[in-house]
Amino acid sequence: MDFLSASIVDGLLLGFVYGVAAMGLTLIWGVMNVINLAHGPIIALGMFGVYLIFTALGLNPYIGIVLVALLGLLLGVLIYYVAVHRVINAPHLSTLLATYSVNMMIIGVGTAVFSTSPRNVDFSLGSVELGPITLLGSRAVAAVAAVLVTGALYIFLYRTRPGRYIRAVANNRDAAELMGVPSTRILALSFGLGTMLAAIAGGLIATFFPFTILAGGVYELKSFVISVLGGLGNPIGALFGGLILGVLEGIIPTFMPTTWVPVLEFVLFVLILLVRPSGIFGAKK
Amino acid sequence: MKRIFTFFVLLLIVMGALLTACGSSETPAEPAAPAADTAPAASDSTAAEEPAAAEPAAPEETTLMIGFTTSQTGKQNVSSTRQVNGLMLWMDQVNEAGGLELSDGTRVKFDYVTYDDESNTDRVQELYTRLATEDGADFLISPYSSGLTAAAAVIAEQYGKVMITTGAASDSAYQQGYTQVYQAYTPASRYLTGAVDLLTTLDPSVKRVAFVYENSKFSTSVVEAAKVYAEEQGYEVVLFEGYDPETTDFGPFINKIEAAAPDAILGGGHFQDGSTFARQIDEKNIDVNFFTLLVAPPEPDFADLGQAAVGVVGPSQWEPLAAFTPDSATEAGLDWYGISGDEFVTTYEGAYAGEEPSYHSAGGYAAGMILAKAIENADSVEPEAVRDALEDMDILTFYGHVKFDTSAENHGLQIGHSMVYIQWQEDASGNLAKQVLWPLEGATADSLYPKP
Repeated sequence: MDFLSASIVDGLLLGFVYGVAAMGLTLIWGVMNVINLAHGPIIALGMFGVYLIFTALGLNPYIGIVLVALLGLLLGVLIYYVAVHRVINAPHLSTLLATYSVNMMIIGVGTAVFSTSPRNVDFSLGSVELGPITLLGSRAVAAVAAVLVTGALYIFLYRTRPGRYIRAVANNRDAAELMGVPSTRILALSFGLGTMLAAIAGGLIATFFPFTILAGGVYELKSFVISVLGGLGNPIGALFGGLILGVLEGIIPTFMPTTWVPVLEFVLFVLILLVRPSGIFGAKK
Repeated sequence: MKRIFTFFVLLLIVMGALLTACGSSETPAEPAAPAADTAPAASDSTAAEEPAAAEPAAPEETTLMIGFTTSQTGKQNVSSTRQVNGLMLWMDQVNEAGGLELSDGTRVKFDYVTYDDESNTDRVQELYTRLATEDGADFLISPYSSGLTAAAAVIAEQYGKVMITTGAASDSAYQQGYTQVYQAYTPASRYLTGAVDLLTTLDPSVKRVAFVYENSKFSTSVVEAAKVYAEEQGYEVVLFEGYDPETTDFGPFINKIEAAAPDAILGGGHFQDGSTFARQIDEKNIDVNFFTLLVAPPEPDFADLGQAAVGVVGPSQWEPLAAFTPDSATEAGLDWYGISGDEFVTTYEGAYAGEEPSYHSAGGYAAGMILAKAIENADSVEPEAVRDALEDMDILTFYGHVKFDTSAENHGLQIGHSMVYIQWQEDASGNLAKQVLWPLEGATADSLYPKP
């Protein structure tokens, strides 16, 4: 069963990146109770950002990811003010439709500009053979980057003033406002951070998989599953949720046909919702 | 608790919507904008119904309306656009030359009406119904892909419209007893059999092969036929497994392939999964001598993979290097029809800003040519007469041999055309280029075997 260990390592490394993608979704949900349906296209924009920086400017993709993260933050703030802010207190359906509209716009413009032709960042960090395991450099770096991003997010949320504001707004927006927290700006910042995480995940994925403008959809779906696994609104739990999903994706194909992977993932999703709706690492509510 | 419940319900709605979107298209709700290119000439087509009018005066001109959908959005966007580009080139060339001429002097020109099908089967059925009824299309051309074409074929048959299919290789649409549908592509059942023959020629000692394929209508029918063929040739199929069309991480799957230790891998699906698969096979340094993928390798963009593309073999419906000429038609005892391959490449590149035509482009052009030749042979624009001419068609074009099965079991299935197999190789200066490996009489280079 050599390939079982190889597959677990493959899945685990990818799971870190899934975790970062899901962190973006769950952060936005946790702070403002908005399901961001533009999450997938923003992941795809992260991929295209790294691709363009790599091909047009010839920069190392990891420098590209830093730039893409900044652009992701700005884009998120913009999306918040343009599409989300006016409907933030409306019923869930309004925010759902607002973000879905943003999703459609990004995909429409993206298809017109880039077509749905797959793009590839022709970049490799080589691989290391460790017995039966082939450790790919780009995946290992992505996993390290994911841990760093998670650590940075944790420090930001728990050790800085804007981070505390975000947690305060997530906890009770009215009370936070009474204490002088500028809630609109904090909501915009949270949305920006959520899209930044999505863009970073997209940028990391672009270093090892070819992609199209439609490629974000798959990761958006996975992010839903991971968010529920890790506990809704719990960004750090999302990383563990990502790891669980990644390992499952690695293990399942070793004993049954690969096509069963999405089936089992969504069975797990429903089970968690039924048995432990707050997620494995979910906060008590 | 109430919040969680609300979220749960909403999430289920969203998941449902997203899953549906993933299964078919990205844009479920956008209304189709009628194509701007639709000209008001549709009504002219009725004038064609009595081409042999008694008066021998000035030559009549009639315009036939061709209906088809284009995947302007959704995942078939690239291949579909190329296919339609090929078809448009054919139409422009025929119209610029003054149209087809029938024996009574009637000039037949063409116009078209098209809509965005969003790469979505349901939209195809709605839109082909509209094309056949409201838009009064005289003849239909299929959308791109086997799945969409299967949906369109039902409508063509229902409304008695002759449809030339292109970009659609699956055999099953021709086994439903349809009488109006004619296939330009080599069918899926013969898509990979040439690759098995090529492998036998390259290395008779190879016995262990793996078939790994995208779970889609097209890929499944290709590998099922190829598996039967390979087993007949004495190969041992060590792995026969499909993967989900949305798969991006092939890592665990590749580990499984490695554990089965095949000498050759055959399969794949479409462009996105194929290029992802090829890249990961290369990154994982899988030791395999022969690697053939469907659809992706013949696309010019496959070269973006760099080293991962080198040595990958792919079946193609047509290649610019393939040399079918009037001379080869004479040798084969067939009628030659249409322009040369070089002229197709030159005019296509001229029309589309230097874009190299892929086999999808050639397939689109070929569909138009087949229809034109049938109208000329029938010397009529009557659908019945055109259909009879299609039944008798046996021609060679730059795209290859075209002949249809006329039996009741496989009516309309392409039996003349066959695949060309290409391989990506590095030239002397290190640039990637496609070379034709098979059929051997058309080969432009020796095979890179085993795959580096």
